Parts: sequence; C-alpha cells; structure tokens
Amino acid sequence: MSERVPIALEVNGETVARTIEPRMSLADFLREELELTGTHLGCEMGVCGACLVLLNGKAVHACLMFAVQAHGERVETVEGLTERKAIADIQEAFHNNNALQCGFCTTGMLVTAHEMLSRGDILSREEIRDGLSGNYCRCTGYQAIVNSIETVAQARAVAGAAPSKPE
Amino acid sequence: MKARAFKYVRAETVEAAFDAYAEADGDCVYLAGGQSLVPSLSLRLQAPAVLIDISRIEALTGISKSGDVLRVGALTRHAEMLTSPEIARHAPLLRRAAPYVAHPAIRNKGTFGGTIALADPAAEFPAMTLALDAEFEIAGPDGRRTMKADGFFRDLFDTGLEPGEILVAIHIPVFGANDRCVFHELARRRGDYAVVGSGIQGTFDGDRLLSARIAFLSVASTPVRARHAEAAIANQVLSPEVIAAAQAALSEDLDPEDNEETSAAMRMHLARVLLGRLLGQLGRADCMHEGVHA
Amino acid sequence: MEKTLNKLDRPNSYIGRSVTRPNAKRLLTGKGRYVTDMKLPRMLYAAFVRSPYAHAKILSVDTSAALEVEGVHLVATGEDLAKLCKPWVGTLDHFHNMKSTPQLPLATDKVVWAGQAVAAVVARSRAIAEDAAELVNVEYEELPVVTDIDAAREEGAAIINPELGTNVSFALKLESGDVEAAFKDSAVVVEETFRFGRHTAVTMEPRAIIADYNAAEEQLTVYHATQTPYQFQDLYSRHYGIAESRVRVVAPDIGGSFGMKLHVYHEDMAVVGLSMMAGRPVKYTADRMESFLSDIHARDHRVHASLAADASGSILGMKVDDVTAIGAFSSFPRTSVVEGNQVVRLMGAPYRFRNYRGDLNVVFQNKVQTSQYRAVGHPIACAVTEALMDDMARRVGLDPFEIRRRNIITQDMYPYTSPTGYKFERLSHEECLKNLHDMMDYPRLVKEQRDLREKGIYRGIGIAMFVEITNPSPAFYGVGGARISSQDGAIVKITPSGEVQCLISVGEHGQGTETIVGQIVAENLGVDRETVRVITGDTDVTPQGGANWACRGAGIGGETAFQAAKKLKENVLHVAGAILQAKPADLDMQNAQIVDAATGNIRMSLADVARISYYRSDTLPSDISPQLTVAHHYSPRGYPFAFTNGVQGCHVEVDVETGFTKILGMWVAEDCGRVINPMLVDEQVRGGAIQGLGAAFFEECRYSETGQLENGSLADYLVPMALEMPDIKIMHIETPTRDTELGAKGCGEAGTAASSAAAINAVNDAIAPLGAHVSQIPMTPQRLLRALGHA
Repeated sequence: MSERVPIALEVNGETVARTIEPRMSLADFLREELELTGTHLGCEMGVCGACLVLLNGKAVHACLMFAVQAHGERVETVEGLTERKAIADIQEAFHNNNALQCGFCTTGMLVTAHEMLSRGDILSREEIRDGLSGNYCRCTGYQAIVNSIETVAQARAVAGAAPSKPE
Repeated sequence: MKARAFKYVRAETVEAAFDAYAEADGDCVYLAGGQSLVPSLSLRLQAPAVLIDISRIEALTGISKSGDVLRVGALTRHAEMLTSPEIARHAPLLRRAAPYVAHPAIRNKGTFGGTIALADPAAEFPAMTLALDAEFEIAGPDGRRTMKADGFFRDLFDTGLEPGEILVAIHIPVFGANDRCVFHELARRRGDYAVVGSGIQGTFDGDRLLSARIAFLSVASTPVRARHAEAAIANQVLSPEVIAAAQAALSEDLDPEDNEETSAAMRMHLARVLLGRLLGQLGRADCMHEGVHA
Repeated sequence: MEKTLNKLDRPNSYIGRSVTRPNAKRLLTGKGRYVTDMKLPRMLYAAFVRSPYAHAKILSVDTSAALEVEGVHLVATGEDLAKLCKPWVGTLDHFHNMKSTPQLPLATDKVVWAGQAVAAVVARSRAIAEDAAELVNVEYEELPVVTDIDAAREEGAAIINPELGTNVSFALKLESGDVEAAFKDSAVVVEETFRFGRHTAVTMEPRAIIADYNAAEEQLTVYHATQTPYQFQDLYSRHYGIAESRVRVVAPDIGGSFGMKLHVYHEDMAVVGLSMMAGRPVKYTADRMESFLSDIHARDHRVHASLAADASGSILGMKVDDVTAIGAFSSFPRTSVVEGNQVVRLMGAPYRFRNYRGDLNVVFQNKVQTSQYRAVGHPIACAVTEALMDDMARRVGLDPFEIRRRNIITQDMYPYTSPTGYKFERLSHEECLKNLHDMMDYPRLVKEQRDLREKGIYRGIGIAMFVEITNPSPAFYGVGGARISSQDGAIVKITPSGEVQCLISVGEHGQGTETIVGQIVAENLGVDRETVRVITGDTDVTPQGGANWACRGAGIGGETAFQAAKKLKENVLHVAGAILQAKPADLDMQNAQIVDAATGNIRMSLADVARISYYRSDTLPSDISPQLTVAHHYSPRGYPFAFTNGVQGCHVEVDVETGFTKILGMWVAEDCGRVINPMLVDEQVRGGAIQGLGAAFFEECRYSETGQLENGSLADYLVPMALEMPDIKIMHIETPTRDTELGAKGCGEAGTAASSAAAINAVNDAIAPLGAHVSQIPMTPQRLLRALGHA
C-alpha cells in the first residue's frame, strides 16, 4: 500500500480535508469517505455517465480522476445541486414525466441536463439526445428524459430567466 | 476495478515534471486529462510506481496565433476545441472533428495534447494533425525540439515522443482564404470510436483543388494519410471521375486488418464510401458554410 | 371515454390514472439507497480470482502470497466453501430427462467457463482484495473447449460434464395436428434459418450483495440487489443449513434487474459463506468487467423454421427446430431451459393454424450460463414467426397487415387453446392491428417509401405481433419442484392517525410497483394515495411471496393488494358501524372519512375510527375487536397464465452503401389488460422496446473460439443510447382478465417481445428491392453490407 496523502477540496460548498491513498478515485472518495452516495458507479471506466459530478463547474466523470487530483478544486455532486436548488425544475420535470425508473443513472443524467440547460440555448430534441450520448439509461428508453429536458429548456426560455450559472 | 497503489506527484512546471521523472527512474507515467489513462490504471493494464500530474502546468495551456501559425497548448480541453473562436476560425477542421470526440463530460476533461501523445488510431484529433500538417513542440530533459505530424505516429500507441518527453503544444498552419475542410466518421453510436473516419483539408483555386491532405482514423494501427488518394485529386476539379479515381487509389493507401466485428474488406469499402462523400462535399464551393455539428 | 372520465372523477379514483411515483423523489435527489451504497460496521470486501480459461482442470491453488498482504482477512478456495455450502442442481422435474451437474460457490476440480470464480479474497478494502487476488497462484491444465452448438453434439466431441455423458441438457418435441399433411397440401412454403446473438442485461447497478452472519444468534442478514428476496431466503437457509426464520434478505433500491437479478450466482452464494468464515459482514459488488463475465447471458439460439400456407395466404402449419446453447450447466433455480421451452411454445401464437411441430435442443458449451432475461423466449418466437409471415406475404402478394388480418385469432374464437397448449382467455389482435395501422399512418409511410426509393433512399416498415405470458400460476415452476412461489402476500394496516401502510411481497426496482400498489390500496380503501405508504423488499417485514418476475407485479401483486384493501375496508366499516350504530353495509369510505353510502354525508373520520380502536377500545361494544391490520395472500387459480398481446411497428432507413441503419420511428399498440397507471405502462413498454432494439442492432456477447468473451466491457458491448433511439408512440387497448377483480395482466416484457422482430422486418423491407435479406441479429453494418453484397 502506498503512502497516504492529505488533500483538501471544496465539496458542495464545504471545505473537506482527508488523508487518502492516491489510488482512490474521486468517485470512491465521494462515496466512501464523504458518504455522498448519489454519485453512482456503473462502469468505473468513464463510459456510463452515472458518476458525473461538477468539477469547477464542468461535468466530469468522478471515476476518471483520482481524488488527489481534486486537491484545491471545487466539486459539486447531485446532493449539492439539490441543496442549492440549482436543478429543482429539472428534478420536477423528471418526476412529472417519470424520466427515471431504477434511478441509478438518474443523478448522472441530472448533471448532464444541468450543464446542457445552463448554456441557455433552446435545445432541439436531436441536440438533447446528442448531449445525452454519454449517459447510459437501461430502463427508460430515453424518451421521457428527452421530454423532461425539453420541457425545462422551454420553461426557462419562457421565464426569460438568465441561464443559471453553470456551477 | 481499483488501480494498483502508486505515488502521486503534482508537477507545477515542465522542469519539475522532468525531475520527478528522473527520480522515478522511468517507472512512472504523466497524467494530463487522464480520460484514457485512468481507466487503464483502474483495469490494472498499467501499474506505474509514480503518477506525475502535469495537468496544471501553465506553460502547456493556451491558444494563440502568431503569424501563419496557430499554437494550441497541449492541455487545451476537447471542449475548448468546440467553443474556441480561434479554433473555429484558424483550424476549422478541428472544430468539425470535435463533436465526434467521445462525449461531453470526457471533452470537459480530456486534452488535445493527451490524445495526440496517446496516439489512439481510432481517435479523431491525432489523425487530423496529419491532415493539417501540424508540428509538435516537444520538451524533454535534454531540451526542446519540434517534430512534424508526418512521421510522429510510429505504431500502435507508439509515437516520436522519447521517454520522459512532454508534448508542449501543437502548431497548426492557419486556415487560408482558399482552403476548405471536411470531416465525417461512421460510428455505431454517437461518441463511439469510429468504424472509419476521415478529415480532409485542401486549397482551391476556384473550382480546382490545388492540393489536399487526407487523413483517416480507425483504419490501421496508426492514424494514416492517404497519399495516393491525395495525388489523385491534386490539381483537379472534383468531378465524379476524379473522386472515383481517389477512391480507387485508396487501396494503395490503406491496408486494414480483419477483426470479428469489421472485416478488412468492409473497412476498405466504408473508407471508399466515406472518401467519396467527403470529396463530394469538399468540391462544393459552399462546403464551409454547411452546418457543422454542435 | 366518458365512462372512464366519470370513474376517474370519483374521489380517490386512482386506478387508470397517470400519477407520479412518490419514491422517485428520493432517487432524483441522490438519496436512493442501493446495496452498492451500503456500509455496515466492520464490513469487509470480497474480490474473486477468476479462471482465464474456458475449460481447464485446476491442479493447485496457492493462496500463501495473497494471505501475506496487509489488510487481507482470509482467502477461500472452492474446498473451503464446499464444507459450508450444499451444492445445487439447475434442473426442474417437469422438464423430463433434463440434465445438469451440481454446482458450488467456487470451482473445485475444474473450471468450465472463462471468468468462473476459483478463489475469494476478503480484505479491508476492495482495492486490497484486488491486490491480493492478483497474488493467488492457480495452476491449470487446459481442456478442449466446446463453444460451437453443432460441434458440441458431434460424435467424439469433448464432453463438458463427463458424468452426464452428453453435451445435451434437454430435448423436447412438440407435435400438434398433422404438420406433414399441412405442408404437403400447401401452395406456398417459406423457410429460413435465424440466428440470435447472446446478449446480457447490463443493469446500471451491477450485482451487489452484503452478507452479515451473526454466529451468536445464528442469524444471517443479506442485503441483496435482487428481484426475489424470498427465494433467496429459502436458498441461503437450505444451502447453508441456517433456520429459515433466521435468514433475512433485504432488497433495498435496486439499480435495474430485467430478470438478471433473480438467479443464483456463484459469487453471491460464496459471500454468505465468506461472512460465516470471517465472522463479519462481507460485501461484494461485481465490477462491470465481472458483470459481463458472470451475469447470466440470454438468447443464443439458432432456429430453422418453415411456414406453409394456401394460395390465399392462410397459414396451414409451422415447423420449428430450435437449438440453443446455455453455458456449461443450467442455471438455478429456474433452469436455462425455460427460454427454449418458451421459444417453441410461443411460435405462431397470434395465429390460428393448428398444425405445428417444435423441436428444441438445449446444449452445453464452455461459456457463462444463459437464463431468463426480459421477455424470455418471446423475442425469438416473435421474430421467427413474424419474419416468416412477411416472407409469406411477399410470396403470396399480400400486404403485411393483410396477411396478419387473415390469420389472427379473432374475437369469436376465445377461449382459445394454441397448438402448443397455451390457453388464451381473450386477446385483442384485431383491435391492436387496426390501431397500429392508424397510429402509424401506414398508407402515408408506404407512399413515402415508394417515392424515396426513386431517389435511392431505402426506408423500410416492419410490423410484428406478439403474445406475452404473464401472471404464472404454479404450473410454471412449482409443479417442477422449484421453491418459487406463484402467490403474493400483502399486509395492509391503518395507523393510529388513520394513515395506511401496505407491506407487500412484490418489490420495486423502478417499474413503479410501489406506486401502483398505493393507487390500488388508496382507491379500494377510499383514502388519499399520499397517505398510503408502501413497503417492499424485506423478508423479516413483508409477507411471503413470489416477488418480481414474468410481469407478475401488477397482475398478482396488484390483485393481492386489491383484495387486502377490500378486506381492510370491511373491517374499518365494521368498527365504524359499531361506533355509529349503523349497518356497515350502509357506510362507505371516501377521502379517509366514513360516509353514508347513499348520501356521501360525512359521519366520522378514519382517524377517529383508528384512534378509538387503538386507544379507546374500552368505549367499543365488548364483542367488537377492531382488526385494522389485514394480511392477505393471493395466487392465480383460473387460467395457468394470463396472456397479453399487441403489435409493434418500426420504421427505418438503411444507408445501403454503409450498412448503417437509422431508426426513424416506433409504434406500439398493446393490451396488458387493466391499465393501472398509463404513464408507467408507457414507460415499461418504451424501455422494453428499446432493449429489443438494442438486441436487433447492437447487443451481442462475442466469443473467440477458445471461449473468451471478446467485448466484455461497456465500451465494447453496445447498448442503445439516446441519439440512436427513436421516440415511441404507444396506445393501449384494455382487455382485462376476468380471473381477477383488478383485471391487470402485466406489461414489463411486451416492449422487448416484439421490437426486434419489427426491426428485422423493417430492415428487410428496406433492402428487399436490392435483393438483400438478413436473418441474424444484431443487424450490424457488417452483416447488412454482406447481405447487400458489399463486404
């Protein structure tokens, strides 16, 4: 076993400091050390998208980086996005459209949807589907997810609200 | 699927990275975006003693134009290749290829230099550096040097980078007023590695193509330039006959291997179809105004 | 329509209404609690050493170096666990002469597929367990590998299980009517050989299990990502010799299952033994590579079939020869034979011909076990039947809709027994076919297809009818000796505040079981559904039942809840009657108020009935003992199965130069009996249809000749993704079963049953003008290009 190293980073607005093995992935760090289990592991090789989190405001796979790499950085998970109500309208649309079944991919979907919608463009269904191309869902067949994101895009445009900050 | 234990070193400068490299006695790898490296570590396909994180080295970042050359820092993220106005203006072939590079979250983290240094023959950007006649700025413990994209890709995951060297930046001749470029790939699903892909950049004199560089991905153990096909179209108007000649010439450029999912014959066939379609597109004067995938 | 609206406008009318899922909010905020998320005090982690060979003798297992690794608690070999765990055999009595060999958690003397677990490491962390697993040194002697279904049955072939003396696990011959005469008398015969690739479930949450054996209490608690906790309570008890009452299996949130999470897996069985050995909780989560190697696979059939018709296109008879390969032994406890059995029994199911022959051969091979996965057997029976129907339509010059119209079982023919013995209570083929035709705007698609062909654009339209088995009675497994329950149980209780809890044996893994049970209970009791809490998935808490498989959640679980709630309402009104000095029959319940049945006038609240019952029983007459908790079990007693039906349409465009296909549209007209929640049914059908499209275009476990899985990662095994998948239009025809009051049949597999078939027919329709044809899925660009003569 290699030497443990101290790291400190901001997670969901709070500074956390731990001493960890360098080989621990950011996903395992969030799930095991911080008990933020909303970040899911579906493949551990950056394919399925279930582990997406925001790193300095950008969606990244938490399984494709080691926690040590996040030292000094800002990480936000679905729990943080939920608590600061950044995705409340997306969550509501997903709920109303039943855009989830088992829920395992859902948190990653929400992170992708958040990033996609934060651009503030009106998105076509094709663009939404393209944007979801890195998020596997095995239950829904995607249509309800596309519907939900489309609904939010339109509602946000109608509301004329400035796109929420992508972070 | 957990990586074997390793020591982690974060290098803030290129020199620090070289020091760490020396200290690790070669039993180490450089980590930039990590989008290919980390899964390979998780799968224990690689197990270096030391991981040298070069992802925060300032000197490896930034996009700038000087004269007729666009310099793209190796740490430029794929996502920036999509959004950067400099890339769109001065290296539109990269902009056209960028939407096909993996998926949004991978593009947020993966780096332009990383994908070139890895030299995956199925990746879009390494092949496009061939079509662009790019030059690589390389730093090593013994100093700096440059190397042309032609000749850089030696074999599967094997490049002109010597042990310990770091790809600093990619120099790309800026897109000219009479230039046109096209890109497309055939992939089973969006973001998958392509069954075959190609990008072409050429210089025109009116309807006549003066010269072009054609690059293919996913057809061999390295990215490949189709020089015979290039010769077949040089100094020609891209008529159906000329395009057919270029398609025919491909058999001298490409020698794909058989695998279970894709036979050599199929790959060859698809390469010809793709080349035909791309040249058809390139031949249209308005090809630079056609929709580019977001 | 109006009648439905009126019904739905009544207070607490939830059955038939699209309501959202209360439990989805938890999942949407990252607060799901999956087994993969769970951590118990002092918990250890397991990793497995796996065979690199598909067939080999184990000469020795050296664990000494692994044991040296700091943080390792134990390393177990096959022999170690064989001392604790009784072997199991995956056969059922009603499959006569079916053969399979005893299985143990870890291989002992030989391995029979690449990836089989040979040793287990238990350590402080998964990473350390993996470090140590790399150090376990196993010596093998390679044996000849059997992968090909024909070679497996040849004289002199290597025998995978020498004690059986054969590589054939099971053979079945069905014969009905006079099939030879039918073929002789026919005007047209079409025949074809079809190949269906192996694929696998790819649940987003991999298999996960935590076993916690407490020696002091001789109590085993297992947190298990499974569809069938009661089945595993039984199995862990019997195979580890622990009293059944002291085995608790908890299935919390489950990240997808699709039939994959109800089979016995060697690693899962091992983890129970490892916890007994370690004296601490042990967790095992399959990583994605392990999932591909060890989750059950499905399909892998080669079917030769022919169809005979008279000159008008009336089908006279069908012959089917299905050979399927299942791995090195049959899975447990449901066997690997069920899929083949359903293939040969469901052939031609929507049609009324009487002459049928079905041959089935189930063959062993050195690959991981196949077994039941969503729509067991249906996609194969459907694809073969429907492809032949289209062939026949082309031959006799009929439109695909018309040939089906001429051959379907019509309304006047029910009840109807199929040539293979299935009894159909009532299906709605005519209505479904008509509705699909309208919904697709078929004439417009046909015209567009014709116009585009002139421009070199090749589009195709395919339809496929299906019949799906649901709500199995004990005739499915019970009669074969399997301890798999066909009944379900519900406990419904009124809390002291007048709210409702329903504990039920059918579980939730995303399909919405808890929601529909809540709808049913709320409507039957006369309370707001928000006040009904549904609890599932804990054998210490929820009553015994079959849980979730074969689309039985709504039909059997729903009826159980229906009856339980009715009984509870009677009890409530009985108490209320005593309090109000009224006849219970004159009372009713609405919005959690006891009302006069005739006028709807409120008499008292349910909360007051509950308060008095629990706290002031002294004020009640002495002969009234309030029973505000009801336990009820229900098992199907009428037809052995309920059958659903429907028809799907698929619209594709084939790029005939590249062999790439774009799916342009998908339509489903289906009849799952009473629809409890249209939105949830739509989502089941959509998700199911997409899995069928995955099979049609993308999914295939590819093996080398030496039995190595060559695409066992999520990057290489292609599942359907958002951009390539179409929107799906769905409509419902409701033909409730009269076997139950609720009338629901089940909808989880209908989508998967026919979407591959519709896709195959669409692609063949697209490329037919070029003289090309495919009869193998997935329809990869390679296969299409070959069919088109390009590669």
